Amino acid sequence: MATKNNIGPKRLVVGAHYGVRDWLAQRVTAIVMVIYTVILLGTFFSAPDFSYESWAGLFARQWFKLFSLVTFLGLYYHVWVGVRDIWMDYVKPVGVRLTLQIATVLWLLACAAWTVQILWSV
Amino acid sequence: MSEAVRGVPKKERPEFRNIHVTELANYRLPPSGMVSILHRISGFGLFLLLPFLLYLLQESLRSEWSFAHFAGIVDNVFVKIVLLGLSWAYLHHFSAGIRHLFMDNHMALDKDSAHATALLVLVISLALTVLVGLKLFGVF
Repeated sequence: MATKNNIGPKRLVVGAHYGVRDWLAQRVTAIVMVIYTVILLGTFFSAPDFSYESWAGLFARQWFKLFSLVTFLGLYYHVWVGVRDIWMDYVKPVGVRLTLQIATVLWLLACAAWTVQILWSV
Repeated sequence: MSEAVRGVPKKERPEFRNIHVTELANYRLPPSGMVSILHRISGFGLFLLLPFLLYLLQESLRSEWSFAHFAGIVDNVFVKIVLLGLSWAYLHHFSAGIRHLFMDNHMALDKDSAHATALLVLVISLALTVLVGLKLFGVF
């Protein structure tokens, strides 16, 4: 690569790499969610009946609380990337798009806080 | 510009535009195209109904009384239908996402395999949704 001619005004502007980072984050969080879903469904179907004791008993364990929280935080990042793509594809006026994107971020942050409250209520 | 050039009638040229909303109904997509757009629609639907799902999770976990409240909500037929729709959305997004991960790793990228795996995603997600529906409506 001709890196020597790549200084000052000739510098190649290639962005802040957020494209690759978000692309990768969406895939990593997807894998975490797949594992979580399989564990949750396995527990759900192997239990003899769907009662409060068995359901809350699973969520009462510390490791499952932490696993759930990590999965949900990953989910919200995943949602951010996907919903941002939708706004970018279909909403062309910059002001409306920015408003929707900000609303999405704030809403997902609120959901994250709510998730903490739910998980540690049992 | 000379009169001679200006006088020549413009030739009809084919015009290509993006698909319009009104054409969506009779626009036939290949299975991979259907999986792709349904992946987006199911993801957005799940995003919109996220507060409802978190509310159900909260009621199912907080206490035995809230669990009874949760069971009461889920007992409603309309809620069951909404939950069935959300189950399909989740299972479709799940299956199509796994297909996506394989394709990211350059597997099954040619036209025939992509066609086959797209059909597989549609069939598997529908079959799993039927299973969830049978469980939801108390068949087994």
